Amino acid sequence: MITKLSHTTIWVLDQDEALDFYTRKLGFQVNTDATMDDFRWLTVSPPDQPDHELILLVPGPPMMDEESAEQVKALVAKGVLGPGAFETDDCRKTYEALSERGVNFLSEPTERFYGIEATLRDNSGNWFSMTERSESYATPKA
Amino acid sequence: MEGPARSPASLSSGMRDAIPVYIHLLRAKDLIDREYARRLDVPALAREAHASTAHFSRSFKSAFGETPHQYLLRRRIERAKDLLRSTGLSVTEVSVEVGFRSLGSFSTAFRDLVGESPSEYARRWRAADAPPIPACFTLMYTRPAASSIFREADARDKD
Repeated sequence: MITKLSHTTIWVLDQDEALDFYTRKLGFQVNTDATMDDFRWLTVSPPDQPDHELILLVPGPPMMDEESAEQVKALVAKGVLGPGAFETDDCRKTYEALSERGVNFLSEPTERFYGIEATLRDNSGNWFSMTERSESYATPKA
Repeated sequence: MEGPARSPASLSSGMRDAIPVYIHLLRAKDLIDREYARRLDVPALAREAHASTAHFSRSFKSAFGETPHQYLLRRRIERAKDLLRSTGLSVTEVSVEVGFRSLGSFSTAFRDLVGESPSEYARRWRAADAPPIPACFTLMYTRPAASSIFREADARDKD
């Protein structure tokens, strides 16, 4: 039976720049960085989730044709894609620390009914929520 | 005999130059998202996007479907809707909070985009519970539209 979601794809405009952003700025760990012919398989994981890999890929062959690739890149650059939501143990502290590292925040930590939430963009244009959940909305434990 | 095949480069070259432009436009759009409550003028936004004002407005509209000014108005009204739904602020307080310089201009823009006055909207929504949709989605995906789509969705959520 399917047990987990093990990988998520994040479309980026440049893998070197994305790697720098996700590791140096967000504090994620490199899981795999392997190049075979022209294809670079690059994955990172959030610190507490080594079993979930975020695949940092530039749209293009072999996954898709050139025209589709340009369309996806345009969507990424226009900032309309939101690959997912991050969890944080302290939204305000993390917001300050990441802002200092130059992370682009779209909204500051704000109280919601489910916790305290900020939103940010990666350096390609993808947007993410960053939420510190309140007790009553705590993430279900496996 | 076949004619020359169209190479992938020619198919996509129309879009290939757009990426750097989009990056600059997105920066300006994010600035609007963050600073909507302040006095923003389109020439300053155009400078942020390294473009002339006319070119900036045209490119912005081409990329995002509306002019920077229209987008700014929508952003303010969308924030106003959130404040009217989830806080006890008065209509006047909300109008100041989101950056309108007069209650009249706020009410007009609100009515145009939402289809009812700010006080009617507040009355309707403050009676109900907040929907369980995370705010990031509400902020990123709900934009008031002149069409009936959002009004229908609002009515559906109330039932």
